[in-house]
Amino acid sequence: MAIVRPNKLEVIKEALDDIGSPSLTVTEVKGRGRQKGITEIYRGREYAIDLLPKLEIDIVVPDGAASKVVDTIAKAARTGEIGDGKIFIMDVEQVVRIRTGERDHDAI
Amino acid sequence: MVIAALNSGDTAWMLMSTALVVLMTVPGLALFYGGLVKKETVLNTLFLSFSAYAMVSIIWFIYGYPLVFGPDVHGFIGAPGNFFFHNVVESNTLVGSIPASVYAAFEMTFAAITVALISGAIIGRMKFSAWMLFVPLWATFVYLPVAHWVWGGGWLAQLGALDFAGGTVVHINSGVAALALCLVLKGRKERSMLPHQLGYAIIGAGLLWFGWFGFNAGSALSAGPLAGSAFIATNTAAAAGMLSWMLIEYLRFGKATMLGAASGIVAGLVAITPAAGFVNIPAAMVIGFVTSIVSYTAISYLKPRLGYDDALDVFGVHGISGIWGALAVGIFASPFINAAGTGLAYGHPAQLEIQAIAVAATFAYSFVVTLIIAKAIDFTIGLRVSEEQEAQGLDQALHDEAAYHI
Repeated sequence: MAIVRPNKLEVIKEALDDIGSPSLTVTEVKGRGRQKGITEIYRGREYAIDLLPKLEIDIVVPDGAASKVVDTIAKAARTGEIGDGKIFIMDVEQVVRIRTGERDHDAI
Repeated sequence: MVIAALNSGDTAWMLMSTALVVLMTVPGLALFYGGLVKKETVLNTLFLSFSAYAMVSIIWFIYGYPLVFGPDVHGFIGAPGNFFFHNVVESNTLVGSIPASVYAAFEMTFAAITVALISGAIIGRMKFSAWMLFVPLWATFVYLPVAHWVWGGGWLAQLGALDFAGGTVVHINSGVAALALCLVLKGRKERSMLPHQLGYAIIGAGLLWFGWFGFNAGSALSAGPLAGSAFIATNTAAAAGMLSWMLIEYLRFGKATMLGAASGIVAGLVAITPAAGFVNIPAAMVIGFVTSIVSYTAISYLKPRLGYDDALDVFGVHGISGIWGALAVGIFASPFINAAGTGLAYGHPAQLEIQAIAVAATFAYSFVVTLIIAKAIDFTIGLRVSEEQEAQGLDQALHDEAAYHI
């Protein structure tokens, strides 16, 4: 699971295409880490917004491929500024392909 | 003896103007307000404007019109009669050069938007049943008398008060009523303004700007030079109001905002409303420019200091700019634009006093009677939703609806 800057999506998708791992799910999320928030003004009142828009990208790959996918995403998503995001690597118990019922490695 | 004759040019323009003012409420004002609220309450907010419009549409043609424009009774109200507009259409009566039906329809749209305007102050926490009760009571006991005083030959008209298209009748009236109602209703728990779809509000402001040409230039009741003069004054004040608000925000925050600009547009339009057919173009610029300063001050300093939750600044924009506009007529009314009005700048300082009386009378009456109506509704069926409903958002709580689905 990767939390990245929204404007990095196209770059990340291309990089994943290049290594042959195109499948992903994207969600629009809001979050905060160490990146300072922004100020918005409505009718003369300032509002400190500390939840910033990010994208959550979920990808499931076989164990062996994980390292390469993680490096690819990190390289594509990096700007060097605070707010680049994080990648969380988690175990997935089972996978099912809904169309065929195939399971686990046949389903990825 | 002058025999009134129907002028089809005037009539065509007045029909168009009437439709333009309908557009201002439905959906102009609805969208302007709807975009500013949270997404869980947007439908209720739209509903407040639409329901006010529909209810006043009916009330007006059952009994409302003669109470404003019927024969004067002691300067206070018009004589009731002609229920269900009986025989008015059928008898081809004229008001000036246009059919009475067209005149009545035009005036109805003003009554409707005045009530709808109040809704901006109370969004997010008022019971829908309470609103449905408030609308006919307020329209009947506040709008009808005040409209009669100023436009129906009542005591303010007899005094010589000038109000071209509704600075007192519409804007001060609704602005002050909004203040009174939100004081009784009390404020929301969560008062931050984080508009869920500012685009709606901007579309709404655009529709209001467009429709306002019907509101102001239509109040000339004729398709001629006075309408043209009012048209330019209206547009000029709107533009000046917008630029002024932008300047204020630029000086205060270093950035102009789209919402601020839209607010300045509306403030400018409100202020020019009583003056549109009485003042020249430079005066319209001044009126528009100054009004954003006064409204901005009311919203940014008065409201936080006094703590009332006029959620969408109905008093701050309509009330305050309406007061400035109504007084400005007393200063800038030019007999060269309209023989019916001469202000201080043209040697008639008494006009300013008369305007002040009109402002004060409208303010006092609207405030007190709205307070009474609000208290009465609160005492009987209750004004406010529960805390859970307020937190949930009124669309689900009051209407079992959602504007957005995954």
